Amino acid sequence: MFMFNSLVENNLKIISKLKKSLARPDLGAITGTILVFLFFILVARDTGMFSLEGTMNWGIVSSQFIIIAVGACLLMIAGEFDLSVGSMIGFAGIVIAVTSVVWGWPIWLSIIIAFILSMLLGALIGFIVIKTNLPSFIVSLAFLYILRGLTIFGSIHSTQKTIIGGINEVSKGDWLAPLFGGKIFTGLFTWFAEQGWIDVFEFGTRAGQPIVDGIPMMIVWAVVLVIFAHFLLNYTRFGNWIFASGGDAKAARYVGVPVDKIKILMFVFTAFCATVFATCQVIEFGSASADRGVLKEFEAIISVVIGGALLTGGYGSVIGATFGAIIFGVVQQGLFFIGVESSLFRVFLGIILLLSVIFNAHIRKIIIGKG
Amino acid sequence: METPIMQLTDIGKHFCSIKALSNVSIKIIQGECHCLLGDNGAGKSTFIKIMSGVHQPTSGQIYFSGEMTTIESPRSAIDSGIATVYQDLAMIPLMSVMRNFWLGRELVKNIGPFKIMDTKKCNAILMQEMEKMGISLHDPSQSVGTLSGGEKQSVAIARAVYFGAKVLILDEPTSALGVYQTEKVLKTIAKVREKGIAVVFISHNVNHALEVGDKFTVLCRGKTLGTAVRGKIDYAQLQYMMSGEKLN
Ligand SMILES: Nc1ncnc2c1ncn2[C@@H]1O[C@H](COP(=O)(O)OP(=O)(O)O)[C@@H](O)[C@H]1O
Ligand SMILES: [Mg+2]
Repeated sequence: MFMFNSLVENNLKIISKLKKSLARPDLGAITGTILVFLFFILVARDTGMFSLEGTMNWGIVSSQFIIIAVGACLLMIAGEFDLSVGSMIGFAGIVIAVTSVVWGWPIWLSIIIAFILSMLLGALIGFIVIKTNLPSFIVSLAFLYILRGLTIFGSIHSTQKTIIGGINEVSKGDWLAPLFGGKIFTGLFTWFAEQGWIDVFEFGTRAGQPIVDGIPMMIVWAVVLVIFAHFLLNYTRFGNWIFASGGDAKAARYVGVPVDKIKILMFVFTAFCATVFATCQVIEFGSASADRGVLKEFEAIISVVIGGALLTGGYGSVIGATFGAIIFGVVQQGLFFIGVESSLFRVFLGIILLLSVIFNAHIRKIIIGKG
Repeated sequence: METPIMQLTDIGKHFCSIKALSNVSIKIIQGECHCLLGDNGAGKSTFIKIMSGVHQPTSGQIYFSGEMTTIESPRSAIDSGIATVYQDLAMIPLMSVMRNFWLGRELVKNIGPFKIMDTKKCNAILMQEMEKMGISLHDPSQSVGTLSGGEKQSVAIARAVYFGAKVLILDEPTSALGVYQTEKVLKTIAKVREKGIAVVFISHNVNHALEVGDKFTVLCRGKTLGTAVRGKIDYAQLQYMMSGEKLN
């Protein structure tokens, strides 16, 4: 009888452990990433997708998704959405281009101003959400239109165009621009090439230089933001307050958590991430365009949801969102490598989004003890 | 007579045109369990929200340790030792017991320039406090949602006690519980009272109140009908008062 009891107890323990590991928010995204890699390694290994150059290609695209997903992730865990992210990307880019190229400001000042303006706008969105008690979905949707409209208007008004080039010229020799458009470890990569580990260009102006000559700042930013956000969320008291603000704002307020401040700060952080994205792109492309960033807000939210966060807030993971973004990047570029019609990518996204949401709802039931 | 740790006199509260409370007075004494009784909508929750800084009274005075004060916010209530466990939002279900327990007062340690939550210490103290309250917890990282209703209340009470509550306000902690769970929570309340903490126990169940209460104040449609002392009042009288009749 005693043996039987302890046997039952052990089994219960194993089951509860299993349930616990199943209830990790990032489990689905990690599994998904493994499956996606397996798929493309099988299907696309001859296409160069996993060569150094190919890896850089989907690495950069994934990093772009990661940068905006990190912001959206913390904001969603804090219980809010920001649909203005895409418009914010267009806005920040045009601010940089107009002030530096058209008005002749030094580009470091333009970049700083773009960051300040975006973050103030983020704060304004947060402030309106808090003060009006309206869903952030609606408030930020309003800003999706307002910002996009202002951006196009401002661009056309100052240059008669919606694309402003000439960024390369004004960013030469600048101290801040390389932080967004440069590459790191270039020396190391050149050395790799000298050792014959990396292919070099054989013809043309760059003959003799390595095909991949460093890690682009876009990737560096993605890594830094992921580490920062993951650390903040899981290891600091501020992170605990983010979870609480989204989990139950009222309950959090009652124990003295500054919920309003936290939500507003998360809107500011989302705007910061959008501006990092915008700045990297502007410096890399050498131009800004008023229609950049369209649909980015949804891509960010989808990454976060694939990453296991609940749309209702209070639960989620930066690591999950990161893997969600990697799935996004790898599949998008992978389909390109294997020559599949790119419109099918959207079909894939829709399906995986739906599956994630259903899966997350189930996990939620387990966590709140109704599963 | 002992000075009350907290005294509220002639408290009135309007929500726009709704008069939720008028002229409610109450004295809270350390080491006593003061039951606030009343039917649904009598104004019990509104009253204790005034005590805990969630609402400001429209009229009336609040004394804390004999001095007149205002309680501006939940934070300032907590800082002066007034802890509240709410009916429905005692805890955040999606978060772990540990994260809930420490919410707003997380222990931190310095790692280089960073301040991080001291998870090990947080877990250890949590388990210790739970044991003191007679609650067996398997795993501090278990989500609060997986606890039973009674366990939730008990964890919330243990939290308030640990953080040095002088006045512990419990808003209908037993109303959603079964018999067994209710017993457990009432036992926890008795333990808290033994520590010399003043307990304000809100209930619309007279039996629960009689089991742990020292004083009984009945609210009816926003008015008090007076305070009665344990032993000088019985079930029938309390029940009668709750339905809206005067105390003799
Ligand atoms: N925030 C509020 N705004 C408007 N009316 C309220 C508010 N809170 C409570 N009331 C009203 O005050 C009265 C007392 O409510 P409450 O204190 O919750 O009663 P109880 O907790 O005793 O059931 C009710 O009529 C309720 O509708
Ligand atoms: Mg109530």
